[in-house]
Amino acid sequence: MKSVIETKDLTKKFGELTAVERLSISVKPGEVFGFLGPNGAGKTTTIRMLCALIKPTQGSARVAGYTLGSEDDKIRRNVGILTESPGLYDRLSAERNLDFFAQLYSIEDVAGKVAQYLKMLGLWDRRHEAVGTFSKGMRQKLAIARALLHEPDVLFLDEPTSGLDPEAARLVHDFLEGLKREGRTIFITTHNLDEADRLCDRIAVFNRELLALDTPSALKLQLYGRAVVFHLTQPGEQFVERVTAFSFVESAEASENRILVRLDDPEVQNPALVRALVEAGAEIQFVGEIRKSLEDVYLQLLTNENETLST
Amino acid sequence: MRLIWVILRKDWAEVFKNRFVMFTVAFLPLILTLLPIIGLAVGGNETDMGDLEELGSAFNLEGLCAGVTDAECLQIFIVSQYMMLFMLIPLIIPITIASYSIVGEKTTRTLEPVLATPISTFQLLIGKALAAAIPAIVATWLGYFIFVIGISIVSAGPIVVERILAPEWLLAVFVLGPLLSVAAVSVAVMVSSRANDPRVAEQLSMLLLLPLMGLFIAQVAGLVLVDAKLILWFALALVVIDAGLLGFATQLFERETILTRWK
Repeated sequence: MKSVIETKDLTKKFGELTAVERLSISVKPGEVFGFLGPNGAGKTTTIRMLCALIKPTQGSARVAGYTLGSEDDKIRRNVGILTESPGLYDRLSAERNLDFFAQLYSIEDVAGKVAQYLKMLGLWDRRHEAVGTFSKGMRQKLAIARALLHEPDVLFLDEPTSGLDPEAARLVHDFLEGLKREGRTIFITTHNLDEADRLCDRIAVFNRELLALDTPSALKLQLYGRAVVFHLTQPGEQFVERVTAFSFVESAEASENRILVRLDDPEVQNPALVRALVEAGAEIQFVGEIRKSLEDVYLQLLTNENETLST
Repeated sequence: MRLIWVILRKDWAEVFKNRFVMFTVAFLPLILTLLPIIGLAVGGNETDMGDLEELGSAFNLEGLCAGVTDAECLQIFIVSQYMMLFMLIPLIIPITIASYSIVGEKTTRTLEPVLATPISTFQLLIGKALAAAIPAIVATWLGYFIFVIGISIVSAGPIVVERILAPEWLLAVFVLGPLLSVAAVSVAVMVSSRANDPRVAEQLSMLLLLPLMGLFIAQVAGLVLVDAKLILWFALALVVIDAGLLGFATQLFERETILTRWK
């Protein structure tokens, strides 16, 4: 399957400062690709480069089938962008805002397309009202609609829920999930790691350079492996030796009435462990898997990077 | 051309919703047009020979008043002083509109989504420049039209109207005015790249008024005679200045510069 976005050693420098260094990624059609990193990591700069808004200093990229640098106009026609700030004209109505952009993208049926998105977003009844009177969530949805008006091959969303209250964020999430179901290719940057975990097929953790790239579950596994906790009625210490006797157990440690066991494949290996513990006299209350969140993975990756830099 | 029109329409729709801009665009031409008409209507027909002789000794009225009555002479003198003030219209209106349209887009961060569309930077700049310059030029021409009609009603004789239809007035209104508007828009674009408040951009761009005000004061003080030849020289100089300013403004109005350096 041909990639919708493909970058090779993409680099952007502003004078002495390297904002993005040798970024090489590929995003498949229909994929929701998360691009995570701290403030100042170069996420917005990357999006701006991929939307042909600023020129890379080095490296190459193809976006929506077109080459960055030589086919910038075609790239702009085929990508949609939600910028960090919604960037709507507050004095103009919702309808006029969309109408303006529909005309800039030379859409054939401007009125029809604008009406379609206003209805889809539930803003049809307020289409004549100035955008300045809208809530943050409504503005953000309108800004996403603006990015979608020309039916782009790939949609770039720069922190779509930043600064929104939970209710507004939910509105945007629901809309994005709808887009995902439609099979849109979405490149999203966010600080909301739950959002990334839920929406993204793959995630790149980035801090001026690529730190990790995989599916959310693979990233968690890669960094932490899997772990199971056995809750007992008695102290766990006396059973640790029995557990570590299994070759598949990577490590086991007891804490009060619990034993934490790291292993590869709990679905297959847990029954043997349960049997062994029961045979050894343990009374098991329940067994649970310790799940690491994407936030743990993210913070761990950034910590690792800081440690590497400091050494 | 179509995209330039799209930008222009949007800018007008947005900027003219701003009361301050509307006030400037409507009020300034009205004041500068009506002031000399009212002046002439109220006191322009009463001539005191003593005053006129005093004026004549201070200014070279011989060239201005050859073969006309004293009342007409006084009116021609008054009206001729307003020419440079009239040129404030094509200078101030574009500065106000461009400052609000460009710095406004910068502060509300609406430029980035526009720059992400297939519109070229040239189309965007021309659209914005025309959106600022056209109302000024139209207001100047409309003001001049009202001015001519008004003066023809209140003037002491047809010679006064003839004087405001003379080549220096026509050159000023139809050549110098548009050239001043281009200069004003270019300066407003340049200042807007650094300013973060439309009012600051407007005030800084207003420095452009200084040469014009200098010329006005020199004219009032009798140091300079603003005739067709001087206006033509002024216009020629402006063509060169406009070319330079436009080139510089276009350079500043590059996508990457706007996004990364317009802070």
